[in-house]
Amino acid sequence: FRTHKVIYRRYAGLFFSVCVDITDNELAYLESIHLFVEILDHFFSNVCELDLVYLILDEFILAGELQETSKRAIIERMSELEKLE
Amino acid sequence: MTGMRGLSVFISDIRNCQNKEAERLRVDKELGNIRTCFKNEKVLTPYKKKKYVWKMLYIHMLGYDVDFGHMEAVSLISAPKYPEKQVGYIVTSCLLNENHDFLRLAINTVRNDIIGRNETFQCLALTLVGNIGGRDFSESLAPDVQKLLISSSCRPLVRKKAALCLLRLFRKNPDAVNVDGWADRMAQLLDERDLGVLTSSTSLLVALVSNNHEAYSSCLPKCVKILERLARNQDVPQEYTYYGIPSPWLQVKAMRALQYFPTIEDPSIRKALFEVLQRILMGTDVVKNVNKNNASHAVLFEALALVMHLDAEKEMMSQCVALLGKFISVREPNIRYLGLENMTRMLMVTDVQDIIKKHQSQIITSLKDPDISIRRRALDLLYGMCDVSNAKDIVEELLQYLSTAEFSMREELSLKAAILAEKFAPDLSWYVDVILQLIDKAGDFVSDDIWFRVVQFVTNNEDLQPYAASKAREYLDKVAIHETMLKVSAYILGEYGHLLARQPGCSATELFSILHEKLPTVSTPTIPILLSTYAKLLMHTQPPDPELQKKIWAVFKKYESCIDVEIQQRAVEYFELSKKGAAFMDVLAEMPKFPERQSSLIKKAEDVEDTADQSAIKLRTQQQPSNALVLADPQPVDGAPPPLKVPIVSGSTDPDSVARSLSQPYGTSNIDPQTPSPDLLSDLLGPLAIEAPPGSVSTEQHGPTRAEGVPDEVDGSAIVPVEEQANSVELIGNIAERFHALCLKDSGVLYEDPHIQIGIKAEWRGHHGRLVLFMGNKNTSPLTSVQALILPPAHLRLDLSPVPDTIPPRAQVQSPLEVMNIRPSRDVAVLDFSYKFGTNLVSAKLRIPATLNKFLQPLQLTSEEFFPQWRALSGPPLKLQEVVRGVRPLALPEMANLFNSFHVTICPGLDPNPNNLVASTTFYSESTGAMLCLARIETDPADRTQLRLTVGSGDPTLTFELKEFIKEQLITIPMGSRALVPAAGPGPAPTPPVAQPPSPAALADDPGALLAGLL
Repeated sequence: FRTHKVIYRRYAGLFFSVCVDITDNELAYLESIHLFVEILDHFFSNVCELDLVYLILDEFILAGELQETSKRAIIERMSELEKLE
Repeated sequence: MTGMRGLSVFISDIRNCQNKEAERLRVDKELGNIRTCFKNEKVLTPYKKKKYVWKMLYIHMLGYDVDFGHMEAVSLISAPKYPEKQVGYIVTSCLLNENHDFLRLAINTVRNDIIGRNETFQCLALTLVGNIGGRDFSESLAPDVQKLLISSSCRPLVRKKAALCLLRLFRKNPDAVNVDGWADRMAQLLDERDLGVLTSSTSLLVALVSNNHEAYSSCLPKCVKILERLARNQDVPQEYTYYGIPSPWLQVKAMRALQYFPTIEDPSIRKALFEVLQRILMGTDVVKNVNKNNASHAVLFEALALVMHLDAEKEMMSQCVALLGKFISVREPNIRYLGLENMTRMLMVTDVQDIIKKHQSQIITSLKDPDISIRRRALDLLYGMCDVSNAKDIVEELLQYLSTAEFSMREELSLKAAILAEKFAPDLSWYVDVILQLIDKAGDFVSDDIWFRVVQFVTNNEDLQPYAASKAREYLDKVAIHETMLKVSAYILGEYGHLLARQPGCSATELFSILHEKLPTVSTPTIPILLSTYAKLLMHTQPPDPELQKKIWAVFKKYESCIDVEIQQRAVEYFELSKKGAAFMDVLAEMPKFPERQSSLIKKAEDVEDTADQSAIKLRTQQQPSNALVLADPQPVDGAPPPLKVPIVSGSTDPDSVARSLSQPYGTSNIDPQTPSPDLLSDLLGPLAIEAPPGSVSTEQHGPTRAEGVPDEVDGSAIVPVEEQANSVELIGNIAERFHALCLKDSGVLYEDPHIQIGIKAEWRGHHGRLVLFMGNKNTSPLTSVQALILPPAHLRLDLSPVPDTIPPRAQVQSPLEVMNIRPSRDVAVLDFSYKFGTNLVSAKLRIPATLNKFLQPLQLTSEEFFPQWRALSGPPLKLQEVVRGVRPLALPEMANLFNSFHVTICPGLDPNPNNLVASTTFYSESTGAMLCLARIETDPADRTQLRLTVGSGDPTLTFELKEFIKEQLITIPMGSRALVPAAGPGPAPTPPVAQPPSPAALADDPGALLAGLL
């Protein structure tokens, strides 16, 4: 990891890691992990399927950059998608 | 996902597996199942397809290879219904990468989805492109994505995806995305109210601005506006505040974008920005909630970076340092870490060092932090902030820490301590103290460079000598001392022990016995140093002490039969010399002063450092070294002109005199011409020659016979003058030596000077070869006008990939070189290499080690295989014989090694005569194909300088070339890499090195061969 750094955070037994550029702001990414986990948390209460994780991630991060930082926006979007099923 | 029973069953099956093996079996079974289903297309309903593709994804997630079914996944993308399409998109973007051929098949579908009306499909398509879009996508989709981004009819949802999708396409292939005239569009986008779209657009802006900041200057005020809006918390919906902070990520991104603009010209914008920054700096406090804390500090650290970038007023800077000082004392390790790191960055900004120094004690406390990353940062910071005023404290602190530091940090730590001590020593005896303590505490981690350096200083400063000697003597009293310490002590006492003679316990005899006590425990490399010390002790004892002489002679006698050549040689030489009286005195006179040069330690540190530390090092080299060392040295330690600039620059073509003038500073002139051989001196210097120029180190390859006036070895084959004329840079290492070494191995350094290092790595298969040239810029500024041109000889086809014109600072570029051998020849390809450093043009002609032997493959034959073949080759021109004279004498096993080293395999026991060697190999070229080559060498035990060589193969040219090649190897012995020169004594009589005569025919019509011949 000479050119990148790994930022990770542990939630119980689960590690969330992001690999970011050496110049990126560490704390900002650390918190984005937390935001992601909060969003996941919201979903773990109702459903838990592997595709959901991908879907949420797709709404949250795209092309390696944060896309949406509003929890509500993501969750609304998720229920929208669910209706399509 | 409802009703997908098969998938749920499969997943629970996997979860129930007891062990990895059972899981693997289950996966294999499922993969087999899927495979059969995919084969049978008729019964494959979209539902089934979807189910199986999900399973594949699950298997892929478990870490198994899924190498089929990609087609099915891609085909699902074009399904009309959402569930199938969605699976297709997700699985495709997980399983395939941007270079996968199947993706091309999907491009049209993806495009249709993007330009279509269905918003959900647009999102899916944009997500796929954003995740794995490659060149094809950039070329065909970028305009559509751009349209979506600025379209007013799209929902924010689509537009933010479009922004990031475009970002991906732009990052991957900046040339394929047309962003001309986008500055205005970007500026409009930044007026966006929706913070989601704004976040994505700012990411895009960062990429665009980093590429070309001038074009986007209109976006600068917009970024400041965004920051103002967030900082004042105006028009920020509740959902975008994170633990009470208005979108910290957007703040960070906006500030990041601002850092790509060099300055802010407009005073009112600047003022507005500073107000925001001030608000951030003041308003951040350490709070209980971790998340809030992290988020606010993320913003704060970005603000700090921006402040540093903008070169703010001193007042603001000191405010920043004060904040950082607060951080390095908080409990939260992440913040402490970042505090230290940012403080190190802060050092780059002028004027704040004094403020930082106030926090020195806190930083030293961090050196004892339980977290190793924090300790490392603290070390870097201490190293960076050290100057004359605080060096003593810091270095002593480091020394103390050394005894408790973990092993992984000790080497770096001792190196840094040594450098600081050297640069900022208030006085020299302190420096000696520090280094000796360093060796004492962490001998294992003190590299040779460090003790070489202390020896250099002691040698160059007379005042220091008695002090160093008495210190060295003190350390010898310790029960257990490190071997490195023994080396330094022995060296110093050998040179300057006599200065202590009047002190108790320091007579030559006592010094000898205390040193000799340690001898049984030391390793081989230390023994020669001890022997030299003994010889010097003996020499300094005037009048001679017969008792001591007897003891020392006994030691020399004992080592005369030592298995290690170096030790043996020294023992013999010292013994002989010490009988000679006056000559002995001359040879063993005190070492002359070392020429000043840049500390090898600093160079080394520059190599070792990773990016995080670079700033500190850079800073380090800018600072003035302390006075103590400057006064003592004839030139400043860091002085720019390298003292070893080769004295003869043009006009001279005499390699002999080059070599001689190179060794001049080492006092060649001291030698009495009567003494056995000038080599002796360089031998004495050998292991001690610290950073010696290539000419004066000669330790290997010396047989015991040399004491009787054997040939003197003079460095430098004919290549030296050619290099010297062209270049004004000091070469590191000898090009000819490097070339010869590379002839026998496949990777290593081909060329090195202070700016660049060219390494080479090769793979050979049959008549093909693949070389990679690694060109590493050692500087912190770029090398420009880099050119590499191959001048191939007629028998090789060489294809060098283009070399970039510029090598960025500290970067390494690779350039593959394909080699194909067409027919046998000994000629060598030449690389004409040049670059500019500043305005200085440096060029070099380097031989490429694609020599004949690289196309040989070792082959061992039995006698049943060998002899029929040998007999079948009846005579010239397929089998050639020649008596070779002037061969470098070699024992048979050594000669066998030499042959094996260039892939001509010696087949032992085939020839009944033990003085003969028989060898075989296979040669590959396009014209000959794989061809068997056989060779026989008949040596004369009475005269090792001549032998009869017979070479045979199925091709006359090959036979001739191989014979000549072997002959060259036998005469010149490339391993020692010195051209053999008949014994001529040390006088100035120039003797032409025996260069191999290149075949004249090849010379005439082949530019490559012509050059190779010249080299």
